[in-house]
Amino acid sequence: MTLPPKDPRPAISRRDLLKTAGAAGAAALIPDAVGAVTEEAPATAPLLAGPMTNLTASETEILSAMVDRLIPTDELGPGALDAGVLQYIDRALSEAESDAAAAYRSGLAALDQYSRYSRGGPFIDLSTVDQDSALIDVQIGAATGAGTGFVGSSASFFNMVKSHTWQGMFGDPKYGGNVDFTGWDLINYPGVRLAVSPEDQRSLEADQLERARRSAYDFGLFE
Amino acid sequence: MPTQLGETDVVIVGMGAAGGVAAYPLAEAGLNVVGLEAGTWLDQRDFAPDEIRNNYRDWPMLVKKTELERPTSRATSATTATRVGSHPMMNAVGGTTLHYWAQSWRLNPWDFSVVTETARRYGASRIPAGSTVEDWPFGYDELEPYYDRVEREVGISGQAGNVRGDIDSRGNRFEGPRQREFPMPPLRWTAFHDRMAAAARTLGWSPFPGPAAVNSEAYDNRPGCGYHGFCNKGGCPVNAKNATHITTIPRAVDTGNLKVVTRAHVTTLEVGSDGRVSGVNYVVGGNEYFQPARVVLVASYTYENVRLLLLSKSRAYPDGLSNNHGQVGRHYFSHYTGGGVGALFPYDLKAWYGLPAQGVAVDDWADDNFDHSDHDFIGGGNLWVMSDRRPISAAGMNTYGRSRNWGSSWKRFIRENSDRSHGSYIQKTTLPYEDNYLDLDPQVTDPLGFPVIRITGRYMDNERAIGAFTQDRMEEWYREAGAVEVNRGGLGNAMGASTHAYGGTRMGDDAETNVVDRWGFSHEAPNLGALGASVMGTSGAHNPTLTSQALAWRTAEHLVDNWGDIAE
Repeated sequence: MTLPPKDPRPAISRRDLLKTAGAAGAAALIPDAVGAVTEEAPATAPLLAGPMTNLTASETEILSAMVDRLIPTDELGPGALDAGVLQYIDRALSEAESDAAAAYRSGLAALDQYSRYSRGGPFIDLSTVDQDSALIDVQIGAATGAGTGFVGSSASFFNMVKSHTWQGMFGDPKYGGNVDFTGWDLINYPGVRLAVSPEDQRSLEADQLERARRSAYDFGLFE
Repeated sequence: MPTQLGETDVVIVGMGAAGGVAAYPLAEAGLNVVGLEAGTWLDQRDFAPDEIRNNYRDWPMLVKKTELERPTSRATSATTATRVGSHPMMNAVGGTTLHYWAQSWRLNPWDFSVVTETARRYGASRIPAGSTVEDWPFGYDELEPYYDRVEREVGISGQAGNVRGDIDSRGNRFEGPRQREFPMPPLRWTAFHDRMAAAARTLGWSPFPGPAAVNSEAYDNRPGCGYHGFCNKGGCPVNAKNATHITTIPRAVDTGNLKVVTRAHVTTLEVGSDGRVSGVNYVVGGNEYFQPARVVLVASYTYENVRLLLLSKSRAYPDGLSNNHGQVGRHYFSHYTGGGVGALFPYDLKAWYGLPAQGVAVDDWADDNFDHSDHDFIGGGNLWVMSDRRPISAAGMNTYGRSRNWGSSWKRFIRENSDRSHGSYIQKTTLPYEDNYLDLDPQVTDPLGFPVIRITGRYMDNERAIGAFTQDRMEEWYREAGAVEVNRGGLGNAMGASTHAYGGTRMGDDAETNVVDRWGFSHEAPNLGALGASVMGTSGAHNPTLTSQALAWRTAEHLVDNWGDIAE
């Protein structure tokens, strides 16, 4: 059986675009939820990699605080910031999700406006308890309407950020997130394999299958 | 002016599940076939096990014709149709068989004769009001040899339940008689599948492994399935999923008689003054071509088959090709697969490695396999417990009210439960109705300016009654296997764009109510044929692909055997 030749590929692949969009600058430490030390505050401040290319410094601060509440760094271990979710989102906004950049900017501004309007301060300055309650309002659409800053339902903004956060936490590390397999470790995902034998499945069922810590692209087989 | 190409014997519009099968018997018989495909060749290098790429972005599709033409939809003609979601199908040589679930069922014999059998067993009044359902023009037995052929040509794994009338309790005892076993044994079961099967037996049901267009062992010089877990909307990196781009299409190419033209965007079919189809207009990269042909087969999926006919207006067919009886777009339905049931178990399912075509089926509540005398519906549903877990979707699981779905409490929840949820897939008998149809949207167009398809349709009382009934059965099953939480999806209303879209060019003997005849050729334009589920008048409770492939083979064979009558 002979397969016909493949069609020519576009001159610049999506992967090439990713390469140029990746590799953010040096990591910097910022305090988590500035000025808001509560019993829910994390013991260690999460890492925030360098500035996001698609959002301003203040937008990045708000997004950082939000994703840190979605998947916090806590006594159970690393969270979204440790896993590189911000880098994931930044790369996504440079290419596959570029249409979402405007929704991020307006949504983050609205989240901040809603925090001031309903909780008396900028989102990043709220206690983690107030941040969570504000985010619940945003999630259920209760932050919708005059004075809130949200155009349309606040739920759509929340769902977009949550969806991208989950992708960055639990997706293939190729895209800048899931650093050190943080997300896969959290859910005990045994890792990417191309072939799982009956013996492998039985080992998995006996909790004896070794975790495969690799990206799909480490196989060297895929474009 | 389009470039005029040399005449060919047959043009097939679409090299997917159906067109990709039909091309082989035609080419093998010596006919010159041109396969026009909007997409491109893709191969293993494109099929990374990457959930972001497969399930959240746009996969490796280089061409997104379907997406640019995605239908609008509305529940009834009283409302305005809108575009919701994305198009479920993809463009590539092999079409959506590249990333489909590959469940490859035969229909139940009852699905071919719903009207007659319902009247015989319960009385004609039990046909739901407003339904336009008809018996198929032939029965299961007539299609059986084609099912058998395609199961071998494509490669289907499974466990037979009825070989020439001998019932085998390991398989589906409700299936129609098959002439022999599957060419491959079924995909394996996990400990969770064994547990679900045992629970089904405790309930007195008959569990069995489902049939799949996936190699369970080496077949056709390709390896068995690796169970890697990224089969849902993913291509196969080891070529164990038997998509037509690695099965029938290359075999047809090898005859020297099939020419596949990629990136070919077909716009209209041309009709001569005699009312016969003369060829196909298509565009590649901005260049227009006219491909004359003796016979044209449309195999571009239900929405596009209907759309091409409605867009191809001529003096002979002022309302669209083969539409002088007003039947193009009629008898449409999206398979009712909504109203799912999910469950949370107190133990890990170890479901990370597997595929949606691997699992435990129960057909005790499908079709007419149980007495409907005391029910207010006809038909039923196939209960399917499959493997389908990937990290992002697992982390996005329903928390069953036990946690918020983010934050520290959620981290605790997901660490314990990421491998403890299950979602069943329940396909249900869906019937055509007078009020459900496809036509051209009056406002929305594709980038070339041609109207897109508009779906007008909703699930009626019969479908929704099946939905509620099968949810009860599924919950019983989950509870028997130890589920601690069970969640039911809404029964749904409007029919959106579906991967199981039927009708629109329905097949039947009566030209007043059907577009194509029992062989798949137009009642009006004799050298026009239609392939795919657009010819199917009932859905049954099982995936349509194998049936549409068996029908495609049958149509192709009929064309070969009657070439003089059809092509001259």
